[in-house]
Amino acid sequence: MEKFVSREGLVAPLDRANVDTDAIIPKQFLKSILRTGYGPNLFDEWRYLDQGEPGKDNSKRPLNKEFVLNQPRYQGAQILLARENFGCGSSREHAPWALLQYGFQAVIAPSFADIFYNNSFKNGLLLIKLDAKTVDRLFKESEASPGYRLAIDLDQQTISTPGGEHFSFEIDPFRKHCLKNGLDEIGLTLEHADAIKAFEAARRETRPWLFN
Amino acid sequence: MAAQTLYDKLWQDHLVHEDKDGTGLIYIDRHLVHEVTSPQAYEGLKLAKRKVWRISSIVATADHNTPTKDWDKGIKDPVSRLQVETLDANIKESGSLSYFPFRHERQGIVHVIGPENGATLPGMTVVCGDSHTSTHGAFGCLAFGIGTSEVEHVMATQCLTQKKTKAMQVVVEGNVGAGVGAKDIALAIIGRIGTAGGTGYSIEFAGSAIRALSMEGRMTLCNMAIEAGARAGMVAVDDATIDYVKGRPLAPTGALWDRAVAYWRTLKSDDGAEFDSVVTLDAAAIQPQVTWGTSPQMVTSIDGCVPDPAKESDPVKREGIERALKYMDLKPNTPIVEIKPDKVFIGSCTNSRIEDLRAAAAIARGRKVAPNIKLALVVPGSGLVKRQAEQEGLDKIFIEAGFEWREPGCSMCLGMNDDQLSPGERCASTSNRNFEGRQGAGGRTHLVSPVMAAAAAVTGHFVDARTL
Ligand code: SF4
Repeated sequence: MEKFVSREGLVAPLDRANVDTDAIIPKQFLKSILRTGYGPNLFDEWRYLDQGEPGKDNSKRPLNKEFVLNQPRYQGAQILLARENFGCGSSREHAPWALLQYGFQAVIAPSFADIFYNNSFKNGLLLIKLDAKTVDRLFKESEASPGYRLAIDLDQQTISTPGGEHFSFEIDPFRKHCLKNGLDEIGLTLEHADAIKAFEAARRETRPWLFN
Repeated sequence: MAAQTLYDKLWQDHLVHEDKDGTGLIYIDRHLVHEVTSPQAYEGLKLAKRKVWRISSIVATADHNTPTKDWDKGIKDPVSRLQVETLDANIKESGSLSYFPFRHERQGIVHVIGPENGATLPGMTVVCGDSHTSTHGAFGCLAFGIGTSEVEHVMATQCLTQKKTKAMQVVVEGNVGAGVGAKDIALAIIGRIGTAGGTGYSIEFAGSAIRALSMEGRMTLCNMAIEAGARAGMVAVDDATIDYVKGRPLAPTGALWDRAVAYWRTLKSDDGAEFDSVVTLDAAAIQPQVTWGTSPQMVTSIDGCVPDPAKESDPVKREGIERALKYMDLKPNTPIVEIKPDKVFIGSCTNSRIEDLRAAAAIARGRKVAPNIKLALVVPGSGLVKRQAEQEGLDKIFIEAGFEWREPGCSMCLGMNDDQLSPGERCASTSNRNFEGRQGAGGRTHLVSPVMAAAAAVTGHFVDARTL
């Protein structure tokens, strides 16, 4: 996983609640056995006017000009601003893959669905929870001022607006540590390999029916 | 010791290690694997030169991509075929306790085959790269869906790092009337607490209406816990649980069985255990449910109407309703009974078990699918369910009524295979998600119970199945 570097980035506001992972990356793209190649199909049904299929040349497809990510002012956006319960639904990790591969490095919303939250951090996508009122303000500001950028400082756990305001956010220390150092969680868990083996051996005695 | 919730007990029983900040390393007993979320995990494992920690924890099947007819012709779509063949190859190479590949007689939806083969046993931690893993909580398990990185993590370490969730108790007391089932209870709960109402919680379903549910019904209910945003859903172990498990191929026997049962009997919340949140519903007040929008919380009773956004004061919610009605092509205040589906889908890990098919067949018996219904599909959850239904003659009832009787799989629940809605088509579906495009781009989904789906099929519109 890539290290997360604190930085500033252009903000794209996606103004709807309960954006589900089917919308983030539709099912037909889940047939791939690869980890890459999902960026062009992020929000496929909203982004294009025709139906997307794996293998289709996305550069030739008609774009839905109304969709926020297709508007010229949001090209190159790295921070997605979203509403409550972002990432609900299916457990597909293809959703954070698609967001990252499109170019997003962080998503800001009032709340995120549980599995999506886990999956995102495991891939280096930073999810920032801010209260609904603050998010609403950021929506208004970003829509009102083209080129609106936010600076994210992971160390300090703050977001800074162009107007010089700072908002702090919470993040679990372990997730922060992994994100900053691009750490492989499996390697970290395997540091406990002896404890796992001992637990397993004891379990074979107390719950033998689980070990056929 | 302080009184514990079922969730506390399950957590404690699997805790390998706990960090100072409360992050736990928990041991995973059962890992269910399917073709869509596993290839990248196996690839990651190989790249890191790691091996599966405990092969006997893995039970696998191919279900999401597989066709539901013309099985002799194989899988037409080359991309789907490659994914299924990749699973075959990965299981062959790295091993499993059981594998039910495409066309195997016990193949089926991962959340149907787990319990029916005894791969899901009370007190287990059960994970799968699929959000509806919460289904297995019906057995007093701690069961939840994970992403592909976590699939790889469990393969490599037999563990997951997790923070404990809060515990919610949803109590449903009283009797639901005849013709009202687990699906209606599930939708009514989601209608009450919302799709984010369970976020940060594991839910234990309790109360006399839950105790009265069969294991199939409890699975339906726990299946939908994820649609309420919860990490997991669960029901305490009782006689129904133990009777269901007994004699399943992977269940213990003899002296081990007795030992297991003695332990399983302890899998319930202690009297006086405290929950972080308690929600209570009156079972008698639950009517058959139908969703009208693009989120499972957008739900009402069969005697209700499509809501009017003008009456919603919260602007974000109002906009959500307007957007949903536009997508669903519904007018405010339309009575639900006037909505006419184009297709009917009876299946998915929510409602494709034998009891679901029996209930739907009871409505279909001696009736005909209405002329405005273009397709009425019945897709059993597994090969075993299919054969059982055929022994009971349910297939004939469906076929005579004009339903199509298919091979098992996920099918139109998510439309990764050929079973899809076309743009604009409306479907009465027994599945669990009515998101935009879920059943096919532009498709419109109304979630209902099996009896309500069958009733919509034979009348051509939504109708209270109890009046037929
Ligand atoms: S039936 Fe639907 S919800 Fe269930 S596992 Fe298959 S795709 Fe997922």
